[in-house]
Amino acid sequence: MSENKGILLYAEVTRDKYIHTVFFELAAKAFELSKKLENCEISALLITPPADMGLYKDGFKNSGIDKVYVFQDEKFKNYDTEIYSKIAVDLVNEIKPEIMLVGATAQGRDLAPRISSSLHTGLTADCTDLDINEKGRLAATRPTFGGQLMATILCKNFPQMATVRPKVFKPLAENVVRNTEIIYKTASDTITGMTSKVELIDFVKTIQNEINELDSAEIIIAGGRGIATEEGFNLLRQLAEKLGGTVAASRAVVDSGIASKDIQIGQTGKTVRPKLYIACGISGAIQHIVGMKDSEKIIAINVDENAPIFSVADLGIVADAYKILPEIINLCNS
Amino acid sequence: MKIVLCIKQVPDTSDIKWTEHNTIQREGVESIINPYDVYAVETALRIKKSCADVELTALSMGPLQAEDMLKKVVALGVDNGALITDKKFAGADTYATGKTLAAAIKTVVPDFDMIICGQFAIDGDTAQTGPSIANHLNLPQITFVKDIVECRDDSITVTRQADDGIETVKAKLPVLLCVLQGFEEPSRARINGIRRAQKTEIKKYSLADIGLNPEDVGLKGSPTYVSKAFRPVIEHKCEKIFACADTAELVHTKIKEYLAGADERK
Ligand SMILES: Cc1cc2nc3c(=O)[nH]c(=O)nc-3n(C[C@H](O)[C@H](O)[C@H](O)COP(=O)(O)OP(=O)(O)OC[C@H]3O[C@@H](n4cnc5c(N)ncnc54)[C@H](O)[C@@H]3O)c2cc1C
Repeated sequence: MSENKGILLYAEVTRDKYIHTVFFELAAKAFELSKKLENCEISALLITPPADMGLYKDGFKNSGIDKVYVFQDEKFKNYDTEIYSKIAVDLVNEIKPEIMLVGATAQGRDLAPRISSSLHTGLTADCTDLDINEKGRLAATRPTFGGQLMATILCKNFPQMATVRPKVFKPLAENVVRNTEIIYKTASDTITGMTSKVELIDFVKTIQNEINELDSAEIIIAGGRGIATEEGFNLLRQLAEKLGGTVAASRAVVDSGIASKDIQIGQTGKTVRPKLYIACGISGAIQHIVGMKDSEKIIAINVDENAPIFSVADLGIVADAYKILPEIINLCNS
Repeated sequence: MKIVLCIKQVPDTSDIKWTEHNTIQREGVESIINPYDVYAVETALRIKKSCADVELTALSMGPLQAEDMLKKVVALGVDNGALITDKKFAGADTYATGKTLAAAIKTVVPDFDMIICGQFAIDGDTAQTGPSIANHLNLPQITFVKDIVECRDDSITVTRQADDGIETVKAKLPVLLCVLQGFEEPSRARINGIRRAQKTEIKKYSLADIGLNPEDVGLKGSPTYVSKAFRPVIEHKCEKIFACADTAELVHTKIKEYLAGADERK
C-alpha cells in the first residue's frame, strides 16, 4: 500500500475574484471518488494575495472540503506558472495526496502539466469521466483522436493527476457540510525569493461575464456551416434574444471568421450542458458532439435527414434553417 | 538568435490503429504534420523575417518517416532539421516525451534562446508537451500565444488567450512558447526552398546520442498508460420531423415544453 492518501484540488481564483465554478464541479466528483477510497480527505490549494482572502473564506463551506491550504502573499496578485507550480509541488510533497485534480481552464492547462512534470508523475488532460478501479487507482477517461476514441488512462506514480474542463461534471446537488479547516501556510524562502520571469503588461477583457456566458447559459442557440452567414447568425441572435439564450458556433463557423473562438462548442472549444441546445446547420461531427451531448434537451435543425447531429437530438427538424428560424422567431413575438 | 521548433507528425485522425499494448500504431498509417505545429513554424518564420541573425532548427521525435515532414519545413525556410528517432521512444506519454525532447534540445541546440511548440496535437490533444519540456529545462513558458508583439535580442512580448480576455506578456529569453492557431495564411514552399531542402541533411539522433537511459523514455519512462480504448457510445431517441406548414409551431411548442420541464425538475 502506498502512503499517499486523499485528494487535492486546485482552487483557481478568477481575475474577478471568484473561486472558479470548475472547482465546485471537481469537489463534487472528488466527494464521489472519496467514498471508494480509504481514509480519503479532500483538500484544496488556494493561492491569493492576503487582501482577497476574505472573499474566498466562506466559499468552501458546503462543498465537502475537509481542508483548505492557503498561501498568501502580495506577489500572488497575478498568476505565475513557475511560482504557482513550485507552491503546488511543495504542498504535494508535504501532504502526499493520492490524486490531484485541476480544472482545465487556460490557467489550469498551463499549470497542471508543469506540476506533474516536476513531480515525475502522469497527468491525464480533459477527462470526461473519473472513477476508482478495483485496485483503488484513478481511472481517467478522455477522448483522443479528435473525439473518435475514448481512452481510459491509469497512472503508475503518485499523485495521479487529471484535469477536467468546466461543465463536464455537475456541482453537488446538496450541501455537504464539513468542518472545513482553513490552514494558513507560509511559502518557503525559495518561493518568496522567486521573481516572475513572465511579466503581465496589459490585459483586455473580451469576455464580459465573470467566466464565460456560455458556461452559465441555460439556452444555447448554436449555428454551423449550414447557417454561417451574417444573415444566418442574425437569425440566431434574434432567437436567442427572444428566448433569453446565448449564441454559440461550430468550429467550421469559427474557422470561417463568422464567429469568435470563445463561442466555439466542442472538443477544442467549450463543453456545455444547458437546459436546451438548438443546433442549426450543424452536421454533428463527434468533435462537436462531445461538447454538447449532455445538454438536457437538444433540438437539431438540418436539411440533411441523415446528418449525425440527429443521433443526439430529442427533436430533429429536417428543414432549411433560413426558412424555419424566422417563423419560430415570429411565433415568439405573438 | 537560435530558435528550436518542436514539431510532430500525427496520424491522420480518420485512420487509427492500436497496437496490442493499447498504444497508437504509428507505422504504416497515413501521417500529416500536426496542424498546430504549422502555426509554430509560421511564428518562427515571422520572427526570422523581422529580426536579424535568426537560426531555426526544427526538431521532431518520431519514426524515420518523419524525415519527410522535416524536409518540408526546411523547404518553407527553417534552417535545420533534426530527427530524434529510436525504437525505444515508442509509447511515450507527455511526461516521457517532454523529458526526451528536453534532452534532445540540450544536445542539438544547447545554446538556444527560444523554443516554440504548437499548443495542441490533434491526436492526443493534451496541450502538455510544451510545459513538460519547459519544466525539464527549467525555463519559463508562455502558453496559448496568439500573436508576437515584439521580439528583441533578449526578450519577447506576445499576446496570449486567457479565459476572460487577451493578455500581453513579456518574458526575458530563453523562454518556451506554445502557439495557438495562426494569424496568417500558412506559407508555401518556394522553388529555391525546395532545392535547399533536398540538399539539407536531416540529422538523426538516437537514445544514446541524447544521453538518456532506456528506463527514461518510451513506454517504460511513462507514468501513464492506456488501460482501455473504446468507441464513444451515444444514446438517443430522436423524434424526427420533416418540414411542413406547422413545423415552426411545433418547434415553438416543444421549446416551451422543454423549458417548463426543466424548471419542474429543479
Ligand atoms: C482535432 C479536431 C478538433 C475539433 N474540434 C472541434 C470543436 O471543438 N468543435 C466543432 O464544432 N468542431 C470541431 N472539429 C471540426 C469537426 O470535425 C467538424 O469539421 C465541424 O464540427 C463541422 O462543423 P459544421 O457542422 O458547422 O459544418 P458541416 O460539417 O459542414 O455541416 C454543415 C451542416 O449544415 C447543414 N445545412 C446546410 N445548409 C443548411 C440549411 N440551410 N439549413 C439547415 N441545415 C443546413 C448540412 O446538411 C450539414 O449537415 C474538430 C476537428 C478536429 C480534427
